[in-house]
Amino acid sequence: MAKMAKIIIDGKTYEVDSSKNLLETILSLKLNLQYFCWHPAMGSVGACRQCAVKKYRDENDKAGKLFMACMEPVVDGMRVSIEDPEAKEFRAGVIEWLMTNHPHDCPVCDEGGECHLQDMTLMSGHNYRRFRYKKRTYRNQYLGPFLHHEMNRCIQCYRCVRFYRDYAGGDDLNVFGVHSSVYFGRHEDGVLENEFAGNLVEVCPTGVFTDNTLFQHYTRKWDLTSAPSVCVHCGVGCNTLAGERYGKLRRILTRYNGQVNGYFLCDRGRFGYEFVNSEKRIRKPMLRLSGENRLSEADEETAITEISAIIKSSRKVMGIGSPRASLEANFTLRSLVSERNFYWGVPEQEFSLLTKEMNILRQGSIRTPSLREIEKCDVVVILGEDLTNTAPMIALAVRQSVRQVPVQSATPYKIPHWQDAAVRELVQDEKGPVFVATPYATKLDSVARTFRGSADEIARLGYAIAGAISSDAPKADNLNEEVCVLSESISKALNKAERPLIIAGQSLKSEAIVNAAANIAYAMRKAGKNVELCYTVPECNSMGMVMMGGKALDQAFHAVEKEAMDTLIIMENDLFRRDEKQAVDRFLKRFKNIIVLDYIENATTERATAIIPVGSFAESDGTFVNNEGRAQRFYQVFVPNKEIKESWRWVRNIMVTSGMKEFSRWKNLLDYTQALIKEMPYFTGIDTITPPPGFRIAGRKIPREPYRYSGRTAMHADKTVHEPKPPEDVDSPMSFTMEGYRGQPPSSLIPFFWSPGWNSAQAINKYQIEVGGPLHGGDPGKRLIEPLPNAKPSYFTDVPKAFAPREGEWMLVPVYHIFGSDELSVHSPGVRELVPKPYIMLSPDDAARLQVTSDSELELGIGGQVERLPVKINLGLRPGLAGYPVTLPGMSVVRFPVSVKISGVKK
Amino acid sequence: MFSNLRSIWIAFLHMFHKRETIQYPEEKIYLPPRWRGRIILSRDPDGQERCVACYLCQVACPVGCISLQATQDETGRRYPEFFRINFSRCIFCGYCEEACPTYSIQLTPDYEMSEFHRENMVYEKEDLLISGEGKYHGYNFYRVSGLAIGGKDKGEGIEDLPPVDVRSIRPDK
Ligand code: SF4
Ligand code: SF4
Ligand code: SF4
Ligand code: SF4
Ligand code: FES
Repeated sequence: MAKMAKIIIDGKTYEVDSSKNLLETILSLKLNLQYFCWHPAMGSVGACRQCAVKKYRDENDKAGKLFMACMEPVVDGMRVSIEDPEAKEFRAGVIEWLMTNHPHDCPVCDEGGECHLQDMTLMSGHNYRRFRYKKRTYRNQYLGPFLHHEMNRCIQCYRCVRFYRDYAGGDDLNVFGVHSSVYFGRHEDGVLENEFAGNLVEVCPTGVFTDNTLFQHYTRKWDLTSAPSVCVHCGVGCNTLAGERYGKLRRILTRYNGQVNGYFLCDRGRFGYEFVNSEKRIRKPMLRLSGENRLSEADEETAITEISAIIKSSRKVMGIGSPRASLEANFTLRSLVSERNFYWGVPEQEFSLLTKEMNILRQGSIRTPSLREIEKCDVVVILGEDLTNTAPMIALAVRQSVRQVPVQSATPYKIPHWQDAAVRELVQDEKGPVFVATPYATKLDSVARTFRGSADEIARLGYAIAGAISSDAPKADNLNEEVCVLSESISKALNKAERPLIIAGQSLKSEAIVNAAANIAYAMRKAGKNVELCYTVPECNSMGMVMMGGKALDQAFHAVEKEAMDTLIIMENDLFRRDEKQAVDRFLKRFKNIIVLDYIENATTERATAIIPVGSFAESDGTFVNNEGRAQRFYQVFVPNKEIKESWRWVRNIMVTSGMKEFSRWKNLLDYTQALIKEMPYFTGIDTITPPPGFRIAGRKIPREPYRYSGRTAMHADKTVHEPKPPEDVDSPMSFTMEGYRGQPPSSLIPFFWSPGWNSAQAINKYQIEVGGPLHGGDPGKRLIEPLPNAKPSYFTDVPKAFAPREGEWMLVPVYHIFGSDELSVHSPGVRELVPKPYIMLSPDDAARLQVTSDSELELGIGGQVERLPVKINLGLRPGLAGYPVTLPGMSVVRFPVSVKISGVKK
Repeated sequence: MFSNLRSIWIAFLHMFHKRETIQYPEEKIYLPPRWRGRIILSRDPDGQERCVACYLCQVACPVGCISLQATQDETGRRYPEFFRINFSRCIFCGYCEEACPTYSIQLTPDYEMSEFHRENMVYEKEDLLISGEGKYHGYNFYRVSGLAIGGKDKGEGIEDLPPVDVRSIRPDK
C-alpha cells in the first residue's frame, strides 16, 4: 500500500498517495491544471513550465512561490494553490509565449477539435494575440505513409522524442537546431522506422504529427461515430476506438486499458484498419444461379432461401471456422454443421502448438502476465519470437521492462521514479537483463543479449537454462561453449530476479521451444522462485479457437478423403494462406457447393459457389480471446448496407430458414454468448464482461456520437430529404446516434474519451481512478486462464538434437513482418506501401560461399515447385539456415520444417 | 358601441394614408447586405474557393443542415470535396457565417427560394459557390496560415519569417 499524505489544495484538504508527483495527484483528484511535457506513461521532465502552481511554506506564508507541479513530490502537509492569480497569470503567460510563433492553422489543422494545445490555451484564459511580430516557420518532412508532419505548430514540449527514443527505442527521430529554432524530425526525409511511430499522433499535444490516413478522408473528432473495439491484427488484443463517418471507417485510436495496451498501439493496429474501406470488400451476396457458371449478385432474402435450400438438400455439410472470427461466429457455424463436421481452418501443426500453449497455462501453476504486467518484469527471456513482428506491443512492453532494474539505482539518491530526466541521467545506458534467442537478428536485440540458432538450438538453450536452474530438469547434451556460458548467466539472472518472465510462442513452428519455455518456468517454480510465462499467438482469436477446441484443417482434408461430402461452409478464412496450394485445391475439388462468408475478396472466395458478405470487426459485435486468455468484447461501429451482417447473424438466419427452428430464439448477441457458455462452461463470465443490451443509465442508452455531432439533416439529403430513422442496435446498450447518457459510461462501453474542457485524448485522465491506473469500474475484459496453484506438471523431455547443416541444403525458418505477414492490414494502402517484396534471407557466410549479394536471385525447389527469390542478407542468421517470409504477399505457403535445395543463382 | 364606431372611423381614415403594400414581385423592398437570406460560398481575392473545409459551420449549425467532406489538392490546399446545405432545414440564423474563419460562407439578402419539392432545396457546392468575394473583401486565409500550398511556400505568408535553417547554429537564423 502506498504511503498516504494529506495535502491542502486551494484550502481544501485531500488524502493522496505520496509516491506521485503533484501534477499527477491534482489530475487524479479530477482538478484541472494545464500541462504539456508530462505524460502519464513517460513521467516528468519539467520542460514546458506550464504546470505552475503556488506552493506555501506553512499556513502563515501568504505570498508563496511558483513551482512546477510535475516536478514536485507530494509531501504530507503540503499547501498549494492552483487558483492563485499569480500562478494563473504565469500559466497564461507561458501559453502566450508559445503562441507567438504558433501558426494561424486551426481550421486546416487535423488536431483541431481534439487539440491539447487548444484545450490548455482555453483553460489558461489567454485569448488575444498581443505579439505584433512575424512568426518563425519550418519546412516539413516526408515521414512515410502514416504520419503527416507540420512543424510550424510545434511548442517544443519534447514529448515526441522522449516517446520515440526513450520509450519506443527508435533512433531516427530527434531534435535538431539550437535556441529558438529547434526542429523535431528526421535527419532527412524518409519513412519513420519505428513500429510505434503512430503513437506520436496521440503523444504530440499539437498538430505537428497527425494521422496521415485520417488526413486522406479527414473528419473532426466530434463528427465520428465511434465504438469500443479490439484490434484484429495480431493476438495481443489491444483495445481500440474505431470511428466512422459517411459509411467509411476513418481512424483507429488507442482505447486505454490499464491491463492491456495502456496509452499505446502499434502501427499495424493503428493504420491497418483501411481494409474495411477496401475496393475488394464484399458488399452483396453472390450466388451461382442454375445453369450459369458465374456468380451474380443477389439480395439478402434470395441468398438465404437459396443457401438454406442447398444445405437442406446436402447429405453432408462441413464447416470451417477461423481464428479471426469471434467466438460467437465460430460457435454458430459449429451449431449449424454439428460438432462432428466442424473444423478449424488452421493447419494441425499450428492448432496443436497453440493447444499446447493453452494447456500449459491452464493446467500448470504458472501465471501468464497481462501486457501491462510485462512492463513490470525485471528479467525477460525470449525464446524464438521476433516480438516486434509477431506481437508488436509485447515488444514495446519488454522495452519498458528493461528499465526495471536500472531504475532502482535512483532510490538511494532519493530520486522519485517519475523524475524521468534525472533517472535517465543516472541510469545512462544501463539495461536490465533481457535475452533474445531467435534465428535471425531482430529489433529487440538493441536492448538484449542475443543468441542465434535454429529452432532446435533455441529449444536446446531453453532446456539448458532449465537444467541450470533445477538439477532435476531434463538437460540437453553435447552443449557447445556458447550455450553453456549463456545458459549459466541466464539462469543466474533468473535466480536473482524478483519478477522474471519467459516469452515464447509458436511462430517458429517448434514444439520443442514451447516445451522448453515451460520447462524453464517449471524449474523456477521447483526452485521456489516466482516466474511468469507468456506465449504469443498469431491471430486475434487464436486463443479463443483452442479454448473452444476441436479439429484442425488437416483432419478436414482426411475426412473428405474418407467420406463424401457435398457442401462446405468456410467462414472468415482464406484457406490458401493456411496450407500449400495443391492441398487446398484438392480439398476444395471434393465439394459441389462451397459457401464462403467473408468480408474481403481472396483466393478462397474466388473458388466459392456462393459468397455471403459479412461484417468486419467494425460492422459486427463479438468476443475475442487474446494471448493472455482475456476475453474482450468488441462493438459494431456503424451499420453498412443492409446485406453486410455479422457472420453469426447470417448463419443463424440460414439455420432458421433451413428448418432448425430452435435457433430462432437467438435474437441478440447475448443469446449466442449464453448458448456458447452453456455448451462450453469454461467460457463462463464472458457474458458479463460488458453490460447486457437492456442496460440503461437513467433510462438512456450510451451514444456512439458526441453531442456536437453535426450535419445530421444534410448528410443524407442528396438521397432523401426525409431523414432516415437511425439504425437500432439490439446487441448492445449503445445507440447509433448522439442521443443518450452524457456522463461516463461503464469502462467496457467507452466510445470516445471526452470531458468538459478536455477534447483531446488527454481526457483519459478523467476516466481513470487515478492517473495511469484502471478505468472507473475496473479495466474491461475477463481473464479466462488462471494458474492452478497446486498443479504439479511434469517436465517435458523432448530435447532436440543439435542442428548440423547439410551440404547443399538449407533449412527454412519462418520470418515475420509487422507489415506484410498479417492478412487484413495489407489491404490498407499505407501498410501496403511498407510491405517488403518477396525474398529469401541468407546468412553472410552462405552468401559469400554462394557468391551472392543482396542484388542476386536464387532459384529454390520448394514443395515440387521452383521459386525465384531475391536475396536478403541477415547478419544474425547461422549458416545452413535460410529465412522464408511467411504469408507475405507473393510468397507461397510451405509446411515447416522444410529444407530446400538451391538449384540456380542469378547474380 | 362607441369603440366599434371609433374603430370603423380609424380604418376609414387609413384610406387617405400613404400605401404600405408593395407590388411584389414587380417591386422589391431594400434589404441591407447583412440581411440573413440564401447562403453562398465565396472566393478569395485570387479567385480560389475560400472554404478550407474546417467543418466549423457544420458544427455551429443548430439544425445540422450543413454537411461536407474535406479533401486536398496535390499541393496540400484543403477544400471541400462536397458541400451541401439542406435549405429545407435551414433557419437562417447565421451561426455558420459567424463560425467561418475564412469568410467563405455568407448569408445574402436573397430570400426567394420557394420550391414545390423539398429535394430542390438541397444545394450542393455547384449551387452555392459564387464567383466573387461577397460581403467581405480582401481576406485570404491561406495568406495568413502557416500551411504551404500551391503558389505559397513556407515562409511566404503575410505573418511569416523565412523558414528556419535547421543546420545553422547562428543565433540570428
Ligand atoms: S495544433 Fe492545435 S492550436 Fe495549433 S493549429 Fe492545430 S488545432 Fe490549432
Ligand atoms: S513535435 Fe509535438 S511532441 Fe514534439 S516537441 Fe513539438 S509539440 Fe511537442
Ligand atoms: S500489438 Fe497486435 S493487437 Fe496490439 S495494436 Fe499491434 S497488431 Fe493490434
Ligand atoms: S466554416 Fe467556412 S471554411 Fe469552414 S467549412 Fe464552413 S464554409 Fe468552409
Ligand atoms: S508539465 Fe510540468 S513543466 Fe511541463
